[in-house]
Amino acid sequence: MAQQSVEMILVRQLASYLFVPVLVVDTTGTVVFYNEPAERILGVRFEETGRIDPEEADRLIELSDDPTAGPDDDGPPLVTALQQRRPAHARRWLLRRGDRVRLQVELTAFPVIDQEDRLLGAVAMFWER
Amino acid sequence: MKVTPYGVRGSLAAPGPATTRYGGNTSCVRVTGPDGAILALDAGTGIRSLALELPPGLSRVDVLLTHLHMDHIIGLGFFGPLYIPGMEVHIWGPASATLSLEARLRRYLAPPLFPVRLRDLPCRLELHQTGRGRFVVGKFHVRAARICHPGPTVGYRIETDGGSIAYLPDHEPALGARHFPMDAEWTSGFDLAQGVDLLFHDAQYTREEYPQHVGWGHSTMHDSIVFARLVGAKHLVPFHHDPARDDAALEAAIGAAVADLKPDFPVTPAAEGKSFEI
Repeated sequence: MAQQSVEMILVRQLASYLFVPVLVVDTTGTVVFYNEPAERILGVRFEETGRIDPEEADRLIELSDDPTAGPDDDGPPLVTALQQRRPAHARRWLLRRGDRVRLQVELTAFPVIDQEDRLLGAVAMFWER
Repeated sequence: MKVTPYGVRGSLAAPGPATTRYGGNTSCVRVTGPDGAILALDAGTGIRSLALELPPGLSRVDVLLTHLHMDHIIGLGFFGPLYIPGMEVHIWGPASATLSLEARLRRYLAPPLFPVRLRDLPCRLELHQTGRGRFVVGKFHVRAARICHPGPTVGYRIETDGGSIAYLPDHEPALGARHFPMDAEWTSGFDLAQGVDLLFHDAQYTREEYPQHVGWGHSTMHDSIVFARLVGAKHLVPFHHDPARDDAALEAAIGAAVADLKPDFPVTPAAEGKSFEI
């Protein structure tokens, strides 16, 4: 596996110290890390899953609009962060885990862009409402 | 390829009788290629002496800056080739998010910090921004990449047909790692240093000193050895010696780290004028 950029390494190190659940993806949308608080919400440990490609992530975690919460302006925040290179926030999303547990979460995502304006990935912070 | 340190000290020059064996100048290393091309790695106070030993008739010299902290550029204004009309001087180094390399260097090479302005230098000066990427100087194939240190900082990997060196003088790959080293994918500097013949690496602190300096951008001697082991370096050259450590204390501290970790590769602390042939 090729070495991650130092910016992504530092994002991961920071995430590993935070109380808020954090998930880190690369430019392809592959999940490259999530921290222990995120493990609690997602119901799976990172050591068990390792990297999760986008298709596998869709199978394990379905994140969709909560029909009871009203529409959000944006689409999925991580997609917005990666495709539009800007932060995005969703106040009410329904997370359906692989074990079919449903959770309502709030989620903020932002792109990781280096000093040369190169997109390296994105970070999602989320929490149960 | 011949590699000669002219400055091995970190943070601040530390000349005097207590540092004569390893030297008191700040970071500067000369790399001489098989075709005679010369690289100066960083421009600490050691670069003044480096300039005095350049071969007569040299028409080009390349200065590769890892970052713009003062101990790595303070010698630049005293680098003789800058004042030779017609001499081709190429300076490579990182820009920041908002300032070009030239704008950043101008902050030092201009009054009130320095009497001569960058634009007034008589040499043929060319500046190149090196965030990440590859470039060629003579027979040298150089690769730059960002590494973990406060502010825009790169490390360099330099290869010729005959061998390779990596130069990461200011580097804290253990920053934030709960267990160092992590695997290669998540270790700053791994790609630059993987399998090199000679690794110049930050080893400023002892393990006992490190907790008071976390986040300052430097490594312990132990972590330097652990990093060299992870990347498979064939020879480690601990570098960026703390200015407060005299020769005897430096040898004792590195000797203790080597005795503790028992690396299966040579560990030779960088000393001014002690060359390595690859």
